Amino acid sequence: MSKKTLLNSLLSGVLVALLCGCSDRGSDVPRLNWYVYAERSGAFAEAARRCSDGAGGRYEISLAPLPADADQQREQLVRRLAAGDEDIDLIGMDVIWTAEFGEAGWVLPWHGASAGEARAGRLASAVESVTYEGQLWAIPFTTNTQLLWYRTDRVPSPPATWDQMIDMAEALGEVGTIQAQGERYEGLTVFFVSLLASAGGAVLEADGQRVSLEAGPTASALAVMRRLANSPAADPSLANAREDQARLAFESGASSFMLNYTYVWPSAWANAPEVARHMGWARWPAVFEDSPSRVTLGGINLGIGAHSRHPAFAFEAAACIASEENQRLAATRGGLPPTIAALYDDDAVRETFPFADVLRDTLRDAVQRPQTPLYADVSLAITRTLHPMRAVDPEADAARLRTAVERALRSEGLL
Amino acid sequence: MSFRDSAEHRLAWLLCAPAVIAMLLVTAYPMLYSLWLSLFRYDLRFPDERQFVGLHNYITVLSAPTWWQSLFNTALITVGSVAVELVLGFIIALVMHRALVGRRTVRTAVLVPYGIITVVAAMSWRFAFDPTTGFVNGLLGLEGAWLADRWTAFAVIILTEIWKTTPFMALLLLGGLTLVPEDLLRAARVDGANAVQRFFRIVLPLMRPVIMVALLFRTLDAFRIFDTVFVLTRGAQGTEPVSVIGYNTLITRLNLGLGSAVSVLIFLCVLAIAALYIKGFGIDLSRREDD
Repeated sequence: MSKKTLLNSLLSGVLVALLCGCSDRGSDVPRLNWYVYAERSGAFAEAARRCSDGAGGRYEISLAPLPADADQQREQLVRRLAAGDEDIDLIGMDVIWTAEFGEAGWVLPWHGASAGEARAGRLASAVESVTYEGQLWAIPFTTNTQLLWYRTDRVPSPPATWDQMIDMAEALGEVGTIQAQGERYEGLTVFFVSLLASAGGAVLEADGQRVSLEAGPTASALAVMRRLANSPAADPSLANAREDQARLAFESGASSFMLNYTYVWPSAWANAPEVARHMGWARWPAVFEDSPSRVTLGGINLGIGAHSRHPAFAFEAAACIASEENQRLAATRGGLPPTIAALYDDDAVRETFPFADVLRDTLRDAVQRPQTPLYADVSLAITRTLHPMRAVDPEADAARLRTAVERALRSEGLL
Repeated sequence: MSFRDSAEHRLAWLLCAPAVIAMLLVTAYPMLYSLWLSLFRYDLRFPDERQFVGLHNYITVLSAPTWWQSLFNTALITVGSVAVELVLGFIIALVMHRALVGRRTVRTAVLVPYGIITVVAAMSWRFAFDPTTGFVNGLLGLEGAWLADRWTAFAVIILTEIWKTTPFMALLLLGGLTLVPEDLLRAARVDGANAVQRFFRIVLPLMRPVIMVALLFRTLDAFRIFDTVFVLTRGAQGTEPVSVIGYNTLITRLNLGLGSAVSVLIFLCVLAIAALYIKGFGIDLSRREDD
């Protein structure tokens, strides 16, 4: 997170606190607090305003900004939710919180007509991300996934597999660098889950209770990690790189490949137009040539706080914020990919995302991170075992990983 | 004990009472609650499964290699930073004490790093040492990724701590320097003691209580290091201190029982350090001359 956003969110946090403290203006109009990360473009604020206006004085939505980092958003929310905070009406939920929040009873389930609304026209992977134990726990709002970004002036056609990409990058020499996320944080879990799913494996069995991690796919995924991290084509600070370090390094022009989210596209045009002009996109590389890659799904869903004072209004407001019109706004102004499939054919959206087709294809085959209430533990177990990637030993680490994830699922021991 | 003594004693307690009550409320209660929680298997996500497990959580922590590894890391950071800070702090204190011109400017300038919020300072150093955005590699003509390797990451963490808290050390030592009587130093000079002898034979022994207090404060502070490491490496590259283990268990995994056990163990370590300084090195914190 940049210092500026940090400062902004701090300031706006103080501001909101002040406003809430001194004037509950129009106290007869119920106020719905929407806890969500401080979105920079103002698309969320505009959506909240539109939906408040549309409610005709029945309720009003006010934004309660959270930090940009998903871990920190969760930290702030879970303690308040566990304590039964009545002030939390709407929650901008990261896709990985569904099982945890649902199981703990921190968010309300979506039933009947509202569940129908939550499903309507949405991408299957986005609906899957709000589902836990056959029940819907939120409405899909925005989604996200990684693409492969490459330099069209150096790479004639994008690589189909990881091995091809690393070969190409090594052949390019100095400027061949591949940018990825290797720091010990959530991004490393995302990277591993994408590789594992592309190799045909999964972290957990379908029931979410037992460890899967089949030997073959796990070994293939770990082998790619090892090869990448030990290749001269890896950035020397791979073990410390997050999405933003990768973006900055790519914008400096000294890299030819990058695995990253779609926000890098507008960013490159703003910061480094000469790089952006030569920026191509493709689907994330596969592990095996004959099976297409499966990339981890991200995004924000809208959940209803279990102790909300106005749950009926909150459901209505969430459906409004996640409606087609506001998803278009979030896409065109905020650069956040929509969960409504039809929007990928919308002209305005396609203008924002020239790569809309690749994005939609990737999202159709996207993979969920392990859907378990103990996700935080599982993710910690994965990142702690596989960091740093350069030291990954496919055989020994497959066994260590299994043990660590098993312990995490029992919520036992130090991780 | 005379009547006057016991009356004074009572008055002393009475005067202390508000502070003692406030301390009990804001520190003793959470600590005891934490001790209580540490005896349970208790996950915030599954409150119904709460279960008394006695000392099981402590056994789990103390038998985990992660805990001992992190304890070693913490000790390394503590010793490394406090030792350098003592030397640097002394040099700066002597400069401030002897400065002829701009005494006030020097003292203010030295305090600037201490006034900067730790997270901000750590972020600045993170950017400075970053191979892409930082200036350090350019300045030194190097190309390494400092935070990607264990020992260089330790070096950056310790450097950040030193940069940040040396002023605190220097200020405490400066206070001690002003206590050394000028007459004594002058007398020693007349007797033929040179500057080095005067420093080691007169200044240091007289300052011993101040040095010990400064070391105690900084050691306790350094042992609880969290924000610097959290920003710089998040505990990766084998630089994890005990506080990050506690944070992961308690805040990320919401495992209140196990996390509280980690917190209690950290508290016991802090207590042991304080006991070692006070009993082992004989620091008298109240510095009373008459006892």
